[in-house]
Amino acid sequence: MASPEGAAAAKVKLRPRKKKKSKKESKTRSVYANILGEEDDNNPNRHYADNKIKTTKYTVLSFLPKNLFEQFHRFANVYFVFIALLNFVPVVNAFQPELALAPVVFILSVTAIKDLWEDYRRHRSDKEINHMDCLVYSRTERRYVEKFWKEVHVGDFIRLRCNEILPADVLLLSSSDPDRLCHIETATLDGETNLKQRQVVRSFFDLDCDFDPSKYNSVIECEKPNNDLNRFRGYIIHRSGRRDALYKDNLLLRGCTIRNTEEAVGIVIYAGHETKAMLNNNGPRYKRSKLERQMNVDVFWCVIILLVMCSFAAVGHGLWMFQYGDKRPVFDVLSPEGTDLSPVLSAIYLFLTMIIVFQVLIPISLFVSIEIVKICQVYFIHQDAELYDEESDSHLQCRALNITEDLGQMQYIFSDKTGTLTDNKMVFRRCTVAGVEYSHDANARRLAMYQEMDSEEEECPSRGGTLPRRDSVGSHHSVKVVLRSHSTKSHRRTGSRAEAKRASILSKHTAFSSPMEKDITPDPQLMDKVNECGSQMDFMRFHSQPMSQLPSDLGDIMDFFIALTLCNTVVVSSPDQPRHKVRMRFELKSPVKTIEDFIKRFTPSRLTSGSNSSSSSSLATNRSSTKGCSSTLSSPSAESVNADGGAEHPNAAATCQPSSANHIAVFLPVPFCRACFQGNSKGKRQKKIIYRTQNYLNQYAADGLRTLCIAKKVLSKEEYACWLQRHLEAETAIQGREELLFESALRLETNLQLLGATGIEDRLQDGVPETIDALRKAGLQIWVLTGDKQETAVNIAYACKLLDPEEEILTLNADSMEACSLLLEESLHYIQAKFLCGSAKAFHADFAPFHIYPSSPPPPPHWSSSHAAVHRLGLVIDGRTLAYALDRSLEDKFLAVARSCRSVLCCRSTPLQKSMVVKLVRNKLKVMTLAIGDGANDVSMIQVADVGVGISGQEGMQAVMASDFALPRFRNLQKLLLVHGHWCYSRLANMILYFFYKNAMFVALIFWYQFYCGFSGSAMIDQWYLIFFNLMFSAFPQLITGTLDKDVSAQTLQQLPQLYINGQNSEEYKPYMFWMNMIDAFYQSLVCFFIPYFAYADSDVDLFTWGTPVTTIAVFTILLHLGVETKTWTWMNWLSICFSVALFFTVALCYNASCPTCYSPSNPYWTMQRLLQDPTFYLLCLITPAAALLPRYFYRACQGTIFPSPVQVGRQLDRLPAKDPHGNILSLSGIQTGARPDPERKSSVAKDPRRPREESQRPDASLSVRIDLPAEGGVKYTKNSQERLSVG
Amino acid sequence: MMASSYNAKEEDGHHSGPSSHGGAGAVKSKKPDNTAFKQQRLPAWQPILTAGTVLPAFFVIGLIFIPIGIGLYVTSNNIKEFEIDYTGVDVSSPCFSCAKNYSWDSTTSCTCSVNFTLEQPFESNVFMYYGLSNFYQNHRRYVKSRDDSQLNGDRSALTNPSKECEPYRTSEGQPIAPCGAIANSLFNDTLVLYHVDSNGTKISIPLAKKGIAWWTDKHVKFRNPGGNDNLTIAFQGTNKPVNWRKPVFELDPDDRDNNGFINEDFIVWMRTAALPTFRKLYRIIHKKSSSTPTLASGRYILDITYNYPVLSFDGRKRMILSTISWMGGKNPFLGIAYITVGSICFFLGVVLLIIHHKYDSRNSSADIPN
Repeated sequence: MASPEGAAAAKVKLRPRKKKKSKKESKTRSVYANILGEEDDNNPNRHYADNKIKTTKYTVLSFLPKNLFEQFHRFANVYFVFIALLNFVPVVNAFQPELALAPVVFILSVTAIKDLWEDYRRHRSDKEINHMDCLVYSRTERRYVEKFWKEVHVGDFIRLRCNEILPADVLLLSSSDPDRLCHIETATLDGETNLKQRQVVRSFFDLDCDFDPSKYNSVIECEKPNNDLNRFRGYIIHRSGRRDALYKDNLLLRGCTIRNTEEAVGIVIYAGHETKAMLNNNGPRYKRSKLERQMNVDVFWCVIILLVMCSFAAVGHGLWMFQYGDKRPVFDVLSPEGTDLSPVLSAIYLFLTMIIVFQVLIPISLFVSIEIVKICQVYFIHQDAELYDEESDSHLQCRALNITEDLGQMQYIFSDKTGTLTDNKMVFRRCTVAGVEYSHDANARRLAMYQEMDSEEEECPSRGGTLPRRDSVGSHHSVKVVLRSHSTKSHRRTGSRAEAKRASILSKHTAFSSPMEKDITPDPQLMDKVNECGSQMDFMRFHSQPMSQLPSDLGDIMDFFIALTLCNTVVVSSPDQPRHKVRMRFELKSPVKTIEDFIKRFTPSRLTSGSNSSSSSSLATNRSSTKGCSSTLSSPSAESVNADGGAEHPNAAATCQPSSANHIAVFLPVPFCRACFQGNSKGKRQKKIIYRTQNYLNQYAADGLRTLCIAKKVLSKEEYACWLQRHLEAETAIQGREELLFESALRLETNLQLLGATGIEDRLQDGVPETIDALRKAGLQIWVLTGDKQETAVNIAYACKLLDPEEEILTLNADSMEACSLLLEESLHYIQAKFLCGSAKAFHADFAPFHIYPSSPPPPPHWSSSHAAVHRLGLVIDGRTLAYALDRSLEDKFLAVARSCRSVLCCRSTPLQKSMVVKLVRNKLKVMTLAIGDGANDVSMIQVADVGVGISGQEGMQAVMASDFALPRFRNLQKLLLVHGHWCYSRLANMILYFFYKNAMFVALIFWYQFYCGFSGSAMIDQWYLIFFNLMFSAFPQLITGTLDKDVSAQTLQQLPQLYINGQNSEEYKPYMFWMNMIDAFYQSLVCFFIPYFAYADSDVDLFTWGTPVTTIAVFTILLHLGVETKTWTWMNWLSICFSVALFFTVALCYNASCPTCYSPSNPYWTMQRLLQDPTFYLLCLITPAAALLPRYFYRACQGTIFPSPVQVGRQLDRLPAKDPHGNILSLSGIQTGARPDPERKSSVAKDPRRPREESQRPDASLSVRIDLPAEGGVKYTKNSQERLSVG
Repeated sequence: MMASSYNAKEEDGHHSGPSSHGGAGAVKSKKPDNTAFKQQRLPAWQPILTAGTVLPAFFVIGLIFIPIGIGLYVTSNNIKEFEIDYTGVDVSSPCFSCAKNYSWDSTTSCTCSVNFTLEQPFESNVFMYYGLSNFYQNHRRYVKSRDDSQLNGDRSALTNPSKECEPYRTSEGQPIAPCGAIANSLFNDTLVLYHVDSNGTKISIPLAKKGIAWWTDKHVKFRNPGGNDNLTIAFQGTNKPVNWRKPVFELDPDDRDNNGFINEDFIVWMRTAALPTFRKLYRIIHKKSSSTPTLASGRYILDITYNYPVLSFDGRKRMILSTISWMGGKNPFLGIAYITVGSICFFLGVVLLIIHHKYDSRNSSADIPN
């Protein structure tokens, strides 16, 4: 077809190939087309990874060594292998060497099999993916042929059809779309289901005919593979030498799905493991929980105990040997060589032998058991129906598998606001245009009504879950700006509820869940204006007058709406025609129709494309603008969203180019930034507009609305061309593109003309106030860290009961380090003065020299006292002040203030600040922190916290990807923490303690025996029992209990959040409990040893006929001990205990009957059978466990009666008839609810019922640093500071 | 379908919920099943340990244990037992000279006689034990020092005993049968019991030497090599243990079924005792007729062929005569233990009752039984 071209291209090829050698180490990658007839070993792309993916860790050959190597990273495994190997040394061996290897091999092989299975699953899925088909251009056949994914190479051309998955990272070169666009769904990468647009590389933009790969002969220079999904830089060099920049908009990422585009062709840039998707593919995170850390300390103690016991035995043996002197008794066997061992030497040998014999003390199966239990716990959390969100069909995801119990120990919660506390579904509420407010009262009323309706509707079951969603191409992801007329609205009214539900389900993946929120009842005033405007326009059109003659207020309205319509991403497609992109259409009905006409008239050709390619600044995403703005203001280096709204594609989105005029109007949705407008504010009217708009903005903010300003700028053609050129330069830069784009945006965004502003409501999520209330009762400190402006944040905080109207609010706004320091100082003094007198006893040493709680606070008399220092105070701090407060010199003071406040609200904080706050609290206060958020700006905070929780909300999946747990809604946090956290913690804590007890008790039996066997390391317990005791006889019941035990029912846990404090104070597993358990273990083993000892003293019993009853008794005692500790007996508990007993006897009987000559030295032939005929055996089995468990049982009973723990009281409440647990709890004297306000304290607050809402609504834009102190304190600090520029 | 499998891959399939696995589930709602198990609502018994709920258990245990204890105690007291120490530590004791001069190496036997009197007649079968004290048969290296295959009559093990037998594996270049320290230290005193009539004549009491070992030991575990036919030939090429006087096939030359490895004295000895003070069954004195007691009260003489040295490790040797009951030999401990534990339980029950009255009444609302 094009052989001359091919030859020419080959010539071109030679040149860059030489360059390649030097470039191999350079920072870029060059990609050539693969169609040019290079042999395999000459292919310039041969150094790049091919598209075959292999995520498996092992191959058949490498599995064993590699897996073992990995497993030996765990110290315990090395230890156990060491001990097993020690058995092969004849002088010290205690067990049959092969048998001693059994448990280690078992543990290792269980893990290995798990790994193997996981790896096999990976292998299968790799294979499946590698063998997916795609169309690759074949050089020889000159057409696209089907190939497997794994055969795709860098430089190949591939053709993609609608709904296909991309096999590699592909540079888009051609699209069947007339606008040269390609839509992709990136759900597999970031979970966002809205369609994203990708653009054909600019130089191929104007290609009229189909793209022909054989004619392609350009070279692509781009970045080395990296894992940043949102970045791609490079340029393409054509044969002509022309360079075109490449953006992330040109790159289609592996794993995405092509939507709404019939056909697209691209060249593979990164393949296989070098694709961004694969580079982002990192496994689950590994964190070590607090409980596990504590456990490791006790494992260490176990080692110490082991060493002490071994040394004791060794010394004992030395002395025992010594007492015989030279007289060698017949039973003291010489060494195999027949030589005499000196007492010292045999003591040393014995020490090693004892380590082998006592190895059970270090619980070999503990780590495996904990992992199993945690997986089961994760499974149950995952299965909880209450953590399932019908609307989004999502449920909780546990991404970190090993920190479930941390959920039960949280002390501080750091929450994002938008999308976490609120829905992040933006509902239009009010707007102001040209300084006139349109309050949209009717709309507000309607919405209020709808919400009530909505809550009623929740009861009726939804049929929505079964609707096929994936098949419908997920194509109704339209972010629409809809202004509907009365007529559509009335249609809505008549529509049945079911219809509304269905509609909401259909639009499951859209930003707006119900049509009710999309509809807007226009404000009558605005309607009038618009109508007037329309008629004026008709008139003008009729008379073909220029538009500038429109009255200025009408003109502003006009521009306002044009800006709203233009600066939005609008993609419309219909489900029935998935392959055809439906032409752009605005749903601007009657009142605005004229505007549509108007737009059509003036920009007939550009309307659709322009609107389509507008990048990202839409109403639905304008929250990010607001956020971005706040970050811009507090730290200039932060990424500015301004840049991508108006600036990235100025020629397309926000510009409107009237053909008749010489001017280009640039419409920009901008955050209110006075600097942007100042240059233009010469006109008196404009000044007035700015002033008024700012007032309205404050008011909106006070109402908790999100604000966005709309501005325009009129440029001359020359100006525009000049700016555009520089902007394009900035765009093509590979290095520092962001900064250049930012500068470019700054250049444009001056002297803007303010048009108006919108106020958009972000509704609170359901159940947020209740959840916050419950969490707070649970003793959790809740801090809200938000990027929002202060007034908005404070109001949301009131709405969600984070701040209480009865509470005093400390507001910290400072503009310098000194001011901040002073403020903190004063606040501290104030807090001290105010509360020290009131509750002196709760106050010792909490403040003034700053004092950190001892890491393990002494067990409080009541469960609330560790929180006693928290007062009914709220702290509000803004980003700038926070920056000062987080300084090393002030952070202690800041913490001292903050931790004595009931709630802390940090506004305008950057992502970095968020993570710094979390880190500060976590490190300084040594508390367990939980961070919850939904957006990319919360990722750093989520990663820093002990437990990161992501909300799978509207704003993508970055937070979820970074989190340990992902929740559908904020309110799920309550059950996750209060119920599952509590359960997981108490289950695991009890299991670990039990594990220590169990092994210590078993090993101590052998230890006592050493006193009666000359400390010779002899064991009366058969080595089989000894080795399989942990793995078989006692393994299952504790796993069942560790998985299923419920100390308190879920219902009570939620009704009494106070029970959560149990976990916060680590009350299930305190260091002393380990020792208590050890003491109990030693007591029980004494009983289990000495009762059989005396029962068989001076009898003809032989070693293992005596040891077998001891073992049996120990098994019974250990199982019954678990029974005492088990709070909930389901059939599974019974079954597991019966199974364990049955297993023991079965194994013992089989083992004892199997071989008369084997199993040296015990050779237990027929022992168990004989014992079962011996009445003494049964008598022993009856009395010994009873005597052994007597103290614990008695203690538990007394403790449950005399000083019941809150959890025990909760359990008792469980048993009550369910009528009114709360009424009952007050009658229980055992409980003192920590959150119940001290009446004295309450009254002192009530004296000052200042309504902060009123205060924040004061019109002044808060130009001062103020700390709001109550009048009775008599202090009011006011510091002048420079005017704050930002509002919106 | 493809997308979801890809998805599962991206997330490494680490959600343990079944609904997240497998691509086919993507179409279905992910709503978890509302089953009692998955929602952790399994019906359960939730005992609460308080004084009120627990005290019946204490009383019940007390009421069961105390009678059992009394029964055991009475049973144990009905057992008659006589014990005599013949080690010969004291100068006055008849075996003093034997004990003093004796060592493993001596070839001549030393005999001594001990007189004793039974105050009460022993009615039923009497079991005659020898008891050793301070003898650590449970020493780790001692316990191991045997070869079960050899004792089971395995020919190859006979000529090539296990390594465990070292250093009692070979002597003078020949394998030892039976090898090992346990066999080497076989108890080799001979005890003969005489009743001294009222007129002063010594009447030998028949001592049954069979039936003292476990049936399974005698018939399954221990076997002579090549059956019981000609043990001298069977044990050819082996040597006797160093401490033995005579080879293993001469342990009981009179009775072919009690010779060699299946000699019951030998089998009993090979069952190593659990504790350093132990007794081993030596002989059984069967009851002859229902009218006369097995051992009438009166004077007895115990003739001892003193072969076994114990003084080197401060050991003691005893001869014990005992009748047995259904629960074995005389041991009052279990009865006392039951009585004690039962009483403690009862006492604690009373304490709990007091606690219950003092504390539980105030929140009796929480005490509604299930």
